Amino acid sequence: MTSDALSKGSPWPLPSGEPVLRLEAVRKTYGSAVVLRDVALEVPAHSVTALIGASGSGKSTLLRCANLLEDVDDGAIFLDGEEITDPRIDQDAVRRRIGVVFQAYNLFPHMTVLDNITLAPRRVHKVPRDRAETEARELLDRLGLAGRAGEYPDRLSGGQQQRVAIARAVATRPRLLLLDEVTAALDPELVGEVLAVIRDLKDEGMTMVIATHEMAFARDVADQVCFLDAGVILERGTADRVFGAPAEQRTRDFLSRLTEAGRL
Amino acid sequence: MTVRDEQDEAVPDGTYEPSPRRLARERYRRARTRRAFAVAAASSTVTAAVLVTLIVESPGWQRTRDTFLNAHYARLALPKVLDGLWLNLRLLAVCGAVVLVAGLLIAVLRTLRGPVFFPVRALATAYVDFFRGLPLIICILMSVFGIPALRLSGVTNDPVLLGGFALCLTYTAYVAEVFRAGIESVHPSQRAAARSLGLTSAQTMRHVVLPQAVRRVVPPLLNDLVSLQKDTGLVSIGGAVDAVYAAQIIASRDFNYTPYVVAGLIFVAITIPLTRFTDWIAARMNGRQAQGGTV
Repeated sequence: MTSDALSKGSPWPLPSGEPVLRLEAVRKTYGSAVVLRDVALEVPAHSVTALIGASGSGKSTLLRCANLLEDVDDGAIFLDGEEITDPRIDQDAVRRRIGVVFQAYNLFPHMTVLDNITLAPRRVHKVPRDRAETEARELLDRLGLAGRAGEYPDRLSGGQQQRVAIARAVATRPRLLLLDEVTAALDPELVGEVLAVIRDLKDEGMTMVIATHEMAFARDVADQVCFLDAGVILERGTADRVFGAPAEQRTRDFLSRLTEAGRL
Repeated sequence: MTVRDEQDEAVPDGTYEPSPRRLARERYRRARTRRAFAVAAASSTVTAAVLVTLIVESPGWQRTRDTFLNAHYARLALPKVLDGLWLNLRLLAVCGAVVLVAGLLIAVLRTLRGPVFFPVRALATAYVDFFRGLPLIICILMSVFGIPALRLSGVTNDPVLLGGFALCLTYTAYVAEVFRAGIESVHPSQRAAARSLGLTSAQTMRHVVLPQAVRRVVPPLLNDLVSLQKDTGLVSIGGAVDAVYAAQIIASRDFNYTPYVVAGLIFVAITIPLTRFTDWIAARMNGRQAQGGTV
């Protein structure tokens, strides 16, 4: 990857003003449990959206729906103006344009770090091995993982594994990066190194949706914060507005619980 | 990028001297090892002595030794048994290869999702259900005597080929189940990660699921291969002369069972290196991927 590849957001021209990701009245249920209810959201290009809320509020499900790992029951999701919830669409082609980083890293344990990162560029995007590996090494270098290319994931620390997972997700230069509680499984002293990487991605213009419990980080990095409660986006606004002057009682309750727990 | 790794550089040890505590601990461990070794040696000797005494002092020992452990018949049988063994080994190699490929294929077919693949899935499932339940010996009888009875032109009557075919049918069903267990043991999050990168479901199977699944099932697969090796002897039902049948010919002519013992020991001798080899492979794969530990 050339050093400025991440910063130049779109490899294809966009209709002006069209958000990268748009959700319209999305509904998702598991059996009788309604996980997402009438969710609407717009994620403009080069912006960062933070999803906050208690466990089980629907943050992860929203991300899984956006990446088509789950089908929505109702409503529609648009990527660059194209409806990706249309059943006629090529789902693999949609996922190619979206990167995902998981809470539990989900690295492939039978592959080296380098092979983890080059798998999708080589097999999906048909990049020749030489070029894919050169770009992967540059990426590792920038993420502070030079010299780890030949290691197997299980030999790395949690923070290193999560940085490899981020490298794997951005190696294909996705249009949109979804991050699902990416620091939740990490020891406190390892959280910082991962957050620093995400901050750099923001500076380079990556469009991101981040489900997180790191409120200080969300406040610092997010252009837009959504508070989810029981599958509904209860409150949505700039970080300063949602954290500084929450309009909803439930948002205030949630934030004060975090403050008491020393997390804010 | 602001993140920098502290590399795992070893701090120079300087003037470290093992503490008395460490030395005492090591002395204790050595003593414990010596004691365990002594106990094991003593108990093994006693057990062996008891067994030998029981057998040798039994009333029929003399007769048994002449019938089962006769040096003359062992010498007589060995070349014939080895000749027959060549057939077993060829069957093992060919059937083993066919079974591994076909078993993997059936296992993958059984994991296909979606209504389009229902007939394929149903056929694969029916095949496995049927041949896993059918006793091997009946399968061989059907194949060796049933297929020639159809008098189809261009179809062989060779008992080796037909017996091998029956072995493949049965063992493919076993091996397919082993592979399927391996495939299902790969955590769904691995599949999610692969699909989220844009890999198709076939690419996910090929590059992410199968490599992990196959590694996990190497030991049970070897188990089935050893079992297959022994069962190659059953092709003698159709009249093919393998190691067991070669032994049987001598045994029934001279009323001496030594050839069976010879054949049995040879089979055991072949499987042991195979088992050690797989253990070694499994250990090597684990060592490469994971961190070590004491338990």
